Amino acid sequence: MGIQKTFYEAMREHGVTRRSFLKFCSLTAAGLGLGPEFAGTIAHALETKPRTPVIWLHGLECTCCSESFIRSGHPLTSDVVLSMISLDYDDTLMAAAGHQAEEILEQTIEKYDGNFILACEGNPPLNEDGMYCFQGGKPYVEKLRRMASHCKAIIAWGSCASWGCVQAAHPNPTRAMPIHKVITDKPIIKVPGCPPIAEVMTGVITYMLTFDRFPELDRQGRPKMFYSQRNHDKCYRRAHFDAGQFVERFDDEGARKGYCLYKMGCKGPTTYNACSTIEWNEGLSWPVKSGHGCLGCSEDNFWDRGSFYSPETNLTVGGGIESTADKVGGILAGAAAIGVAAHAAASVISKVKNSDKGGASHD
Amino acid sequence: MNSNVASGLREAGGKRAEYVFEAPVRLWHWVHTFSFLTLAVTGYLIAHPLPSPIGEPSSHFLMGNIRMVHFISAYVFAVGFAVRIYWAFVGNKHSREIFMLPLWRGRWWRGLLHEVKYYLFLTPREDKRLGHNPLAQTAMFFFNTVMTFFMIITGFALYGQGLGLGSWADRMFGWIIPMLGDGEGTRNWHQLGMWVMLMFVIVHIYMAVRADMVGKRSSVSVIIGGWRMFRDDDS
Repeated sequence: MGIQKTFYEAMREHGVTRRSFLKFCSLTAAGLGLGPEFAGTIAHALETKPRTPVIWLHGLECTCCSESFIRSGHPLTSDVVLSMISLDYDDTLMAAAGHQAEEILEQTIEKYDGNFILACEGNPPLNEDGMYCFQGGKPYVEKLRRMASHCKAIIAWGSCASWGCVQAAHPNPTRAMPIHKVITDKPIIKVPGCPPIAEVMTGVITYMLTFDRFPELDRQGRPKMFYSQRNHDKCYRRAHFDAGQFVERFDDEGARKGYCLYKMGCKGPTTYNACSTIEWNEGLSWPVKSGHGCLGCSEDNFWDRGSFYSPETNLTVGGGIESTADKVGGILAGAAAIGVAAHAAASVISKVKNSDKGGASHD
Repeated sequence: MNSNVASGLREAGGKRAEYVFEAPVRLWHWVHTFSFLTLAVTGYLIAHPLPSPIGEPSSHFLMGNIRMVHFISAYVFAVGFAVRIYWAFVGNKHSREIFMLPLWRGRWWRGLLHEVKYYLFLTPREDKRLGHNPLAQTAMFFFNTVMTFFMIITGFALYGQGLGLGSWADRMFGWIIPMLGDGEGTRNWHQLGMWVMLMFVIVHIYMAVRADMVGKRSSVSVIIGGWRMFRDDDS
């Protein structure tokens, strides 16, 4: 690792030309919504700042975040970002293996104590002392805790690290926990999605490395620049929603005309993400554009809400009740109506009885 | 004290009619009722939209209008409730009944037990208080006052999602969404809240009509005219 290089030097070593570097700075400024004058700021920061190492840990997950990350829409972005973030450790991408790889973690702690970024993909299971995720002879949760105690900040990649996702779905047999419930003493930025959009991931990490701080976060710790609007807000089918035109079946006339997918269970109205703006695969498409509702993959509990194809989702009381508000409510109101009718009948009977006794009600 | 059976009887003894619900309380009752019914119907239609109108989306605004009616009624519902809270401070003693349960009073608890027994046909004697009886008061507190408050905060939290992050609704009520899990969870609880309030409406109307028919005091006309009449056959 030697003397700390600047980001720019590291990029040049990886064969990134100055021209590409400046292009990248402009692209990033635009991508982060910062305006053209920030291209210079970003360039200056990258030229003068020592490169921050990133340790990329994998817990219980499917690696879709990594897959998304290395497919960042603009090849320039992925090249530059990959060289920039100095993935000193990433189970999936690094060349080292075995003891050699695990040594990198200790070396990073030694050299960059309190100064490296911990990127967490997936989450730790806590049941059976964390035995459900075992790496290098140790439960993953121990590795996570050790690295977290020495890092500067944590990026929780994807819905696993942010919320828990599928492995934490009810009944959560391994007691998989999102990062913020295990590590409570470090700043955590959540980048949810299953996976998150590639451009969102590179955008977040570039911002953090360039400005040495988190972008502005919302109440739940997500970067506002990408998660401040619902997919519904920028959906190109929104006009059909407001008009009240809905797809009723996937093969009906409405589906052919591109009506709103709300009745097909689209979770766009409650899902905060940038899919309807940035889209996927270099802006090629996104679920709704391809005729399928949003699953709400970047929202908490999306696995426990019942069918992806029903507009009515489960109440999930304690993660267990598989019933919708209308079902429970209908039973409550029905019970009230039956109770009232029964009580009315009983009142009549009681009154008749009492009058038989000759005005016993006036005792 | 309104929660005192004996004094209620005494006061009523001579006059056979007593002014209980002041005009703002009565007015609010009906504003609350009709805004709730509008909210329930439009809310149901938002969760279960009507069949699609035919034609280009530019010539329709069906869902938009349903939502707008929902939002306008919601403002009426919320502002009405705010005014009602104000009236609890300046109104007569009965105006505070739905906001406060006198849990510290032994007599109130005995009254509650008495009412439960009465409605279970275990005692034939009916209470003749002026305001709400302890059982009605308890039901009203939990299923109307608390639920109204719950519907307003969850409703504005969801409204804040539409207005956007940083909007007044988001700043004031947005915190409720992570508390209830997420947007979908908040939406579900808001929806269930409607059913709980509807359940209250059913029981409330039944109880009022029943008391009017079977009981010895008016309970339907009192919320229209404000006067509680007593039909005391014994006096």
